[in-house]
Amino acid sequence: MNNFDYVRPTTMSEALAAASEPGAAYLAGGTNLLDLMKGDVARPSRLVDITRLPELNRIEWLPDGGVRIGALVRNADLAHDSAFARRFPSVAEALLSGASAQLRNAATVGGNLLQRTRCNYFYDVASACNKRAPGAGCDARGGEGKHQAILGWSESCIATNPSDFCVPLVALDAVVEIEGKAGRREVALEDFHRLPGDAPERDSVLEPGELIVAVRLPAEAADFSGHARYLKVRERTSFAFAVVSAAAALRIEGGAIIAARIALGGVAMKPWRARAAEDVLTGKRPAEAAFRRAADIALGAAKPSGDNAFKIELARRIVARSLTLAAAGAPDRLPSLPASPFAATAGVLLHV
Amino acid sequence: MNMSISLELNGVAREVILDDPRVTLLDLLRERLDLTGTKKGCERGQCGACTVIVDGRRVNSCLTLAASCDGAQVLTIEGVADGDALHPVQAAFIAHDGFQCGFCTPGQIMSAIGLIAEGQAGDDPERVREGMSGNLCRCAAYAGITEAVLEAQKEMTERDRRHAA
Repeated sequence: MNNFDYVRPTTMSEALAAASEPGAAYLAGGTNLLDLMKGDVARPSRLVDITRLPELNRIEWLPDGGVRIGALVRNADLAHDSAFARRFPSVAEALLSGASAQLRNAATVGGNLLQRTRCNYFYDVASACNKRAPGAGCDARGGEGKHQAILGWSESCIATNPSDFCVPLVALDAVVEIEGKAGRREVALEDFHRLPGDAPERDSVLEPGELIVAVRLPAEAADFSGHARYLKVRERTSFAFAVVSAAAALRIEGGAIIAARIALGGVAMKPWRARAAEDVLTGKRPAEAAFRRAADIALGAAKPSGDNAFKIELARRIVARSLTLAAAGAPDRLPSLPASPFAATAGVLLHV
Repeated sequence: MNMSISLELNGVAREVILDDPRVTLLDLLRERLDLTGTKKGCERGQCGACTVIVDGRRVNSCLTLAASCDGAQVLTIEGVADGDALHPVQAAFIAHDGFQCGFCTPGQIMSAIGLIAEGQAGDDPERVREGMSGNLCRCAAYAGITEAVLEAQKEMTERDRRHAA
């Protein structure tokens, strides 16, 4: 690990000033950043420890029924907040399907949005990686493709965003609040992460020195609370990153779908909202044929980036399955194995 | 650059001088405070051998900067027994053969204490296994670990009930 200055501001303005120099990085839970620093993948010259900024640690219910989640709220605290989990069950399920209990106790909301890809070639400093060293090339091309992209990738980078949390968030129209020296701005989560294009070193639209202060969910997101699920296929049922995941949310009235939300994880460098697939479900009865058609549309533009063509069919099935589970209804209590395709929920078919 | 941090470590107030900001909580405990019960396994947050409880929450001490713990309460395996009387989780690990080589055991026990305090698993073995998935055991003593956690939780619940009565 390279050496660094460590500063621990107690106000937002001190934090923004301390992070304004090149090479500075914010430290919150540290579960991703310290890991990257130990591997020499990240080499910040200054760490600005923001854990003592008290205003970032709250879950606030807004007068219009939405919720504002402070950037320092820990993953476990948000998932186990009963009022939050009741209104946004797929978000709680996604949070609890990620990492381990120890990591969820430390990892924060803001940090989750900023976690780097888990591409092995990004982590291995002996491999060429355009994201880690712009212009170096991409050893992931022709490499092991299970965790690589099938949507939105470019010749320069085929990595994926590893977040579970962001997948239902983007489906439910979350907004990111960002503080910078020029003031506060807001960005829809759907527009927050960048596809690689020819500048894969930039994961998001965050400018140097800017700080995520909160994530908001609008009141309308809670209208899906009865029919919202997250489903995640991984190599083992716990403590593993998604190969493919999907968040599905439905509003069903009079036997018909009046609104649908679909997003995918593990398939692109951003949480992938599938709006065209949502649109074809509106007005349909919640049934297998409609879900399969939506899944086909969601993956319409997919193409393998290596030996990962299997992920396209897998993603189709996971989208259809997550819609089926959402239609069956969010369970009263999260399953013992959150987001697992192998978790039996009473009254729900295991195989569809 | 030296910095001083205050900790309440296993119930005792400590002032520690850090001469390097890179020191993790794990290295502070093992290399500087001679508390070698907390183990260094992967050092990357994957194995759970370094699990300790900071301000009531189980965390991976390998991914926690010591500097960031200024003012925190830290509980390690050295602080869980009451004199010669084992903590109920320690006793249950012995009773249920929750270990073989023992290297992962301090982390398993601290993680189990954290899991029981979180109160999310209940008496469901599947939820216990899921809640303990951040602690790897290369000897694969998982069956005994799950039994030990369930038994310790039951014992601690009954003890709390007796205290309340």
